Amino acid sequence: MATGDRVDLLERYQHGRHRELGLTDEDVRRMYEVMLLARRLDERMWILNRTGQAPFAISGQGHEAAQVGAAWALDRERDWIYPYYRDVALVLVWGLTPRDLMLQLLGKAADPSSGGRQMPNHFSSRRLRIAPQSSVVGTQIPQAAGTALASKLEGTGAVTLVTFGEGATAQGDFHEGVNFAAIHRLPVIFFCENNGYAISVPAEKELSVPDVADRALGYGIPGVTVDGNDPFEVYRVVREAVERARAGEGPSLIEAKTYRLLAHSSDDDDSTYRPREEVEAWRQRDPLPRLAAYLKEHGLADDADLQALEEQVRQQVDDATEHAQAAPYPRAEHLLDHVTGP
Amino acid sequence: MELTYREAVRRALMEEMERDERVFIMGEDVGAYGGSYAVTKGLLARFGPERVRDTPISEAAIAGAGIGAALGGLRPVVEIMSINFILPAADQLINGAAKIHYMFNGQFHVPLVVRTVNGGRRLAATHSQNLEVLFAFIPGLKVVTPASPADAYGLLKAAIRDPDPVLFVESALLYSMKGPVPDDPDFLVPLGQSLVRREGRDLTLVAHSRGVVVALEAAERLAAQGVEAEVVDLRTLRPLDMGPVLASVRKTGRVVIVGDDWQSYGVGAEIAARLAEEAFEALRGPVLRVGGAEVPMPYAANLERLALPQVDGVIRRAARLLEGDGAWLVR
Repeated sequence: MATGDRVDLLERYQHGRHRELGLTDEDVRRMYEVMLLARRLDERMWILNRTGQAPFAISGQGHEAAQVGAAWALDRERDWIYPYYRDVALVLVWGLTPRDLMLQLLGKAADPSSGGRQMPNHFSSRRLRIAPQSSVVGTQIPQAAGTALASKLEGTGAVTLVTFGEGATAQGDFHEGVNFAAIHRLPVIFFCENNGYAISVPAEKELSVPDVADRALGYGIPGVTVDGNDPFEVYRVVREAVERARAGEGPSLIEAKTYRLLAHSSDDDDSTYRPREEVEAWRQRDPLPRLAAYLKEHGLADDADLQALEEQVRQQVDDATEHAQAAPYPRAEHLLDHVTGP
Repeated sequence: MELTYREAVRRALMEEMERDERVFIMGEDVGAYGGSYAVTKGLLARFGPERVRDTPISEAAIAGAGIGAALGGLRPVVEIMSINFILPAADQLINGAAKIHYMFNGQFHVPLVVRTVNGGRRLAATHSQNLEVLFAFIPGLKVVTPASPADAYGLLKAAIRDPDPVLFVESALLYSMKGPVPDDPDFLVPLGQSLVRREGRDLTLVAHSRGVVVALEAAERLAAQGVEAEVVDLRTLRPLDMGPVLASVRKTGRVVIVGDDWQSYGVGAEIAARLAEEAFEALRGPVLRVGGAEVPMPYAANLERLALPQVDGVIRRAARLLEGDGAWLVR
């Protein structure tokens, strides 16, 4: 798998890169906190699956830096996101809570995304401008173009961020959606979290070009590849894309190269298709310890702070789990509600 | 006023675009070209390229972007120039538009209208289909098949004002049909209401889309022989209004269902099942159907004619239901 040469965040940013980018110390601490929360929630979801309490779990572990970096470049007060099923960290930034996600995992009535109707990690919130999702890979891409079209026609200045894996870029909907958005110069950012595999199929059997970003050439839009395990680099390139979009210059395609640390979902065993050495090599580049080291190096947190944060996150995850476990299932009389109508 | 079916659709579009600036049109060739059946002619000049937007040949993007625009607060009316070309967009409509309201617990509405056209002629198998039935199968979609200018006008306006995704299926063969249309910009035909188009006591003909024209013509010929057929136009396939159908069959006891769609698993199959469930005791004979032959549509004119429902076929089935004393109906 083509990952390119990577350097540790510490080597790359000797001098506090976040400040050069206009991020405050508090921004960086918050980014780390969300990444940690996403990781621990995700881990708990797998435990709930393996202990028979949740029928399904799907993982975003390893993608957190890419998601948080992208989210930080947008305006949570007006922009839209079209997340995909790995985007736990992204939707946490956007305002869904650990309780919300656990309620959906367990199919409970109070799940704000779907009221127990949609499978785990199919996030949505009309209030927060988190668009709803299908499980059919890539179908959110033309939809995101349409929401960007609405923003353009209504002159709201909002940008739409749509995320997907590299597998989705082999779909017709990817081509149709990007082409459509490029032609109409829509304020949308196509954000690919390239983890190198479409379930088990490796990137070299999905793409005939080295990078997903190369596909942008065919649409006449910028295509940028970035280290997806570096939240600052992701923030920088997404921010540029946001500026382009808001200025009416149209869409961008950003490819954040990353890796999922676990199997695709609770239904597959990745040891049948990924060499253990490869997984181990990527674990060395896990974005969480990298950012923790950066925090310490730049005096943004010490070991005691990080330990306290772990404890605080554990309590949040415990609370979310217990809350969801105790919550009631949807009531039978609501089975037929909302098929159609106001 | 007297309008053609085509003019009625165009008038409905124009009036709704004037009434509500969130309404806009997009699709292949809807702009300067005026739409593949000339329905959107003149709209580009009137509303400009932002609201009458040409798209690439990209059905999934047309439908998908329509969904996204609807989620973003607009009222898109997208055109798929032929229902034969809608299949690349089927996922967006079936897994997307139809399910978003339900799956996300009523949070989102998808007020999207997909205008499309069924029933070409002399255009063979991938230009002549009546695929509306595929979509009528799907909870969450509404499927409308107007068969008169007034219904084309009033149903389209209702569809545009509806909170749900609507597949609005125009008939290529009815565009030049003329008929009275109320001169009232708020004339709406509610979705999900069947209509008795002709009254009669002896026999019920149930039809949708172009099948209604076949049924009305058959009723004329039957009337000349002294048989009074009642014709019920379904108008909307989902939600399906069985009320007028059941009332009619309870009166006549005899029913023939007419449609250009293939019979197996088609509209007639559904109507027959509903009649068996809800009006079995009223039936004085079998429920009969006249539908398309179970073949991909052939190109040659003689074969095409054999593959489509004809008035004679309706008359023959009527005769069978009217038993021995009806045999004289078949000349």
